[in-house]
Amino acid sequence: MRLIVPLQAVAQGRGGLVLGSLIPCALFYFLQFYLRRHRPSSSSSPPPSSSDSNLSELTSMHRSFSRNLLSTRGSAGPSCISSRGAALARGDDNPYYVGLKRCAEDPYDASSNPDGFVQLGLAENRLSLDLIRDWLVSNWKDSLLSEEQELSVRGLATYQPHDGLMELKMAVSEFMGHIMQGSISFNPSQLVLTAGATPAVEILSFCLADAGNAFLVPSPYYPGWDRDIKWRTGIELIPVPCRSTNNFNISIPALERAFNQSKKRGVKVRAVIVSNPNNPVGNLIDQETLIGLLDFVTEKNIHLISDEIFAGSTYGNDQFVSVAEILDVENFDKSRVHIIYGLSKDLSIPGFRIGVIYSHNENVLAASSKLARFSSISAPTQRLLVSMLSDARFISEYLAINRERLQNMQALFVDGLKELGIKCASSSGGLYCWADMSKLIGSYSEKGELQLWDRLLNVAKVNATPGSTCHCIEPGWFRCCFSTLEKSDIPLVMERIRTVIQSN
Amino acid sequence: MLETKQAVKDVSRRGQRYWWLRGEEEGPRPFHFSFTWFVACFLKLTTMAKSCMPLSELATSNTHGEDSPYFAGWKAYDEEPYDAAENPSGVIQMGLAENQVSFDLLEEYLEQHPEATGWGCGISGFRENALFQDYHGLRAFRQAMATFMEKIRGERAKFDPERIVLTAGATAANELLTFILADPGDCVLIPAPYYPGFDRDLRWRTGANIIPVHCNSSNGFQITTQNLEAAFAEAVAMGFRVRGVLITNPSNPLGTTISRPVLEEILVFAARNDIHLISDEIYSGSVFSPDEFVSMAEIVEERGYKDCERVHVVYSLSKDLGLPGFRVGAIYSYNDRVVTTARKMSSFTLVSSQTQKMLASMLSDRVFVENYLETNRKRLKERHDYIVEGLKDAGIECLRGNAGLFCWMNLAPLLKETTREGELELWKLILQEVKLNITPGSSCHCSEAGWFRVCFANMSQRTLEVALRRMRNFTEKMMMIKEN
Repeated sequence: MRLIVPLQAVAQGRGGLVLGSLIPCALFYFLQFYLRRHRPSSSSSPPPSSSDSNLSELTSMHRSFSRNLLSTRGSAGPSCISSRGAALARGDDNPYYVGLKRCAEDPYDASSNPDGFVQLGLAENRLSLDLIRDWLVSNWKDSLLSEEQELSVRGLATYQPHDGLMELKMAVSEFMGHIMQGSISFNPSQLVLTAGATPAVEILSFCLADAGNAFLVPSPYYPGWDRDIKWRTGIELIPVPCRSTNNFNISIPALERAFNQSKKRGVKVRAVIVSNPNNPVGNLIDQETLIGLLDFVTEKNIHLISDEIFAGSTYGNDQFVSVAEILDVENFDKSRVHIIYGLSKDLSIPGFRIGVIYSHNENVLAASSKLARFSSISAPTQRLLVSMLSDARFISEYLAINRERLQNMQALFVDGLKELGIKCASSSGGLYCWADMSKLIGSYSEKGELQLWDRLLNVAKVNATPGSTCHCIEPGWFRCCFSTLEKSDIPLVMERIRTVIQSN
Repeated sequence: MLETKQAVKDVSRRGQRYWWLRGEEEGPRPFHFSFTWFVACFLKLTTMAKSCMPLSELATSNTHGEDSPYFAGWKAYDEEPYDAAENPSGVIQMGLAENQVSFDLLEEYLEQHPEATGWGCGISGFRENALFQDYHGLRAFRQAMATFMEKIRGERAKFDPERIVLTAGATAANELLTFILADPGDCVLIPAPYYPGFDRDLRWRTGANIIPVHCNSSNGFQITTQNLEAAFAEAVAMGFRVRGVLITNPSNPLGTTISRPVLEEILVFAARNDIHLISDEIYSGSVFSPDEFVSMAEIVEERGYKDCERVHVVYSLSKDLGLPGFRVGAIYSYNDRVVTTARKMSSFTLVSSQTQKMLASMLSDRVFVENYLETNRKRLKERHDYIVEGLKDAGIECLRGNAGLFCWMNLAPLLKETTREGELELWKLILQEVKLNITPGSSCHCSEAGWFRVCFANMSQRTLEVALRRMRNFTEKMMMIKEN
């Protein structure tokens, strides 16, 4: 009774100071709080279908992370861990990681395990490892010996600069110039080297934004960014959907809308992050769009991060244009543009952990080189790579042969999918193709897509990456990496996919 | 004048505002001139502000903790490093705890075992190695690390390779654990004096705080429950939630091992307050007499694994094996959730697969490991005794140390005033005039002024002789000045 009376007064608009304003204000505040906690993490346009999100794990991770200051501080048992830790200690339901795990446990091998899982979910290039191996067999010794042909551990073992040896920076900057086909040269003192592109992206994020700020990211995007950029930094990723009608090219008006919507929500956007060649679609950003992006970030006074890790893995007719080239030619403020690179894709050596942050911004360089101490490259690996990258003849040969093999493999794979009635988006780079399986899914929704993914994984034992993990708003798209396969494996893979399609 | 005033009145109110559109005969008034000038200045200032690209707080803040003399001394060394032949009057680096006394043993090993570094045989191994970016780490390497850590502890503790999480150095390991165990704004208790790098590694990106547990010379800087309780109370009074206590055993900068009863007390304290215990045992292989070292792992085993889920050990090959450039660190945790989370988080700080492979064979070689540990310990002890003797000749007392790559010396008698300022003045004097880079106790958060850490393992015997000679001359001079 006592509860109803004041509410009645409020509803009738005659509550006086306490009932008329205090209680409605309190209710309003709690409503806002409730809405914020349960706000969906996607951006401007609603997805074309409603779906029970299998990505609840991801979104809850995002929520609990950006709200870690509000989360309950009490411990439920002995030695509880932080909210950051707890969010990740929970099992990962994200199909991207589930698929990778299943494949790792029972990997396909033509001779020893022909019934194993075929890995199409990992953008790894195995096509040209033999070239690297051959080089190493003939050259490894020299790479570790000093000038006097002595095995000098002293030079290798002692503390090195955290952001990489200058010799390696010089070799990497030359390599990057080579990759971009000699159109630009990179300054070695503007490089910070890290143990892989994963920490490079995280370190750059730490430098450009605070917890609670956001980056705009055209989607679909690489699922790893949800971990690399959001997890420990507290930065929000706001997907800006791209459409198949436009071959998933970036739309500046869409970026503009997303920016304005974030502003309304009170979220400060600090940067736009793009990948070029795009992961997972494989298309290249053309010159006009790059200029549009630069205009956009200049107008909004934010940063632009261009992840160009697949720059050397291009094939097809389109010419790759790095954002660095545009900066060279046009008169844009260079201090707002940062490039991420790494040797895991173009040189097929993800295990060695070489990542690059390239920036013209002195403050960013100063901060990143300090942060690189947490992710430094191992010295013997640096030495080895200095030798390898300095071997100009080997590098040009390698890049040419690798491109050719990628082109052939991509053509074979895409043709194979075409025969099954699956079309791929037009792509000129990357180690994968972006396949449209929307006609093969039960219901045109994320649920339908994940059902197909599940059947592909558990029945066909083929792990492809579903578009929903890449935040694609159109259901049915899958990223299939072909660079982990041999040519002879392709018919087998197509056969397995066919059985799943036919049983549909 | 009257005419134009009338003209102004005829235009609508809105129109009057847009005087600059109305045509030249209106023209700007003197008031408008200064107004325009003011607006122009304002616009210029805002565009200037706009063109300075905003960065994050972290990038622009000072929490990287690199403004202390600890780092300033390194810079001085970098600018003018000592070289016996080329720069005999340069700065001698005694502020870097690096072990260079046993390189020859490593080189010998690598020369005799070329397959460790190359891919001459087992070609198929290369492919897997180059592609390997699994955050579990190479199994063979984890096994080798576990075996190595057991050997260091004289097989008195067991390490399960499945509980080892590899990181690129102990720096990353400590930061990772802080991310996992503490939220921004929480704090960690660390017995002081402590390694100056913790201010940066544990606080910078994590947003956590450090509350020092002050120890003093009256009991040889040993940690007591009283000190721990006092620090805990201080943290609570400041409104912090304490998430853990981090000890370095053997201690940096003291160069002493922590005794068994004290280790037990610390674990009991942690359990009583329901906090974590991180034991950084990075110098465990650099104890001169192996029986004098007791690992937290031993304490945990002796107690039948009671309260073990709060214990985490950090290790690295940077000090014991003298391989800081290789970037190999490890977290060993008895807590399953911490292991799982640390493993995932180690994606940001993986160890090169090439390095893992190289070291796996080296660390599994029992003969090499035994010989290395014994020889390394002997050489470190010799150096330690030499420098302590040399400092004594110079009239300087050191804390009785039994481990590490440094000793903790007392220069209080040389201070003008026994304060932090006095200590820093002396440090500057020693750096600039004596050209020795040593670490002042205040950088290590020591509550007593006058203590300095001096490293002895990162130089040749000759250089050490030069350094001691310089020190002797300096103290003689200072004593003479004081007498007068």
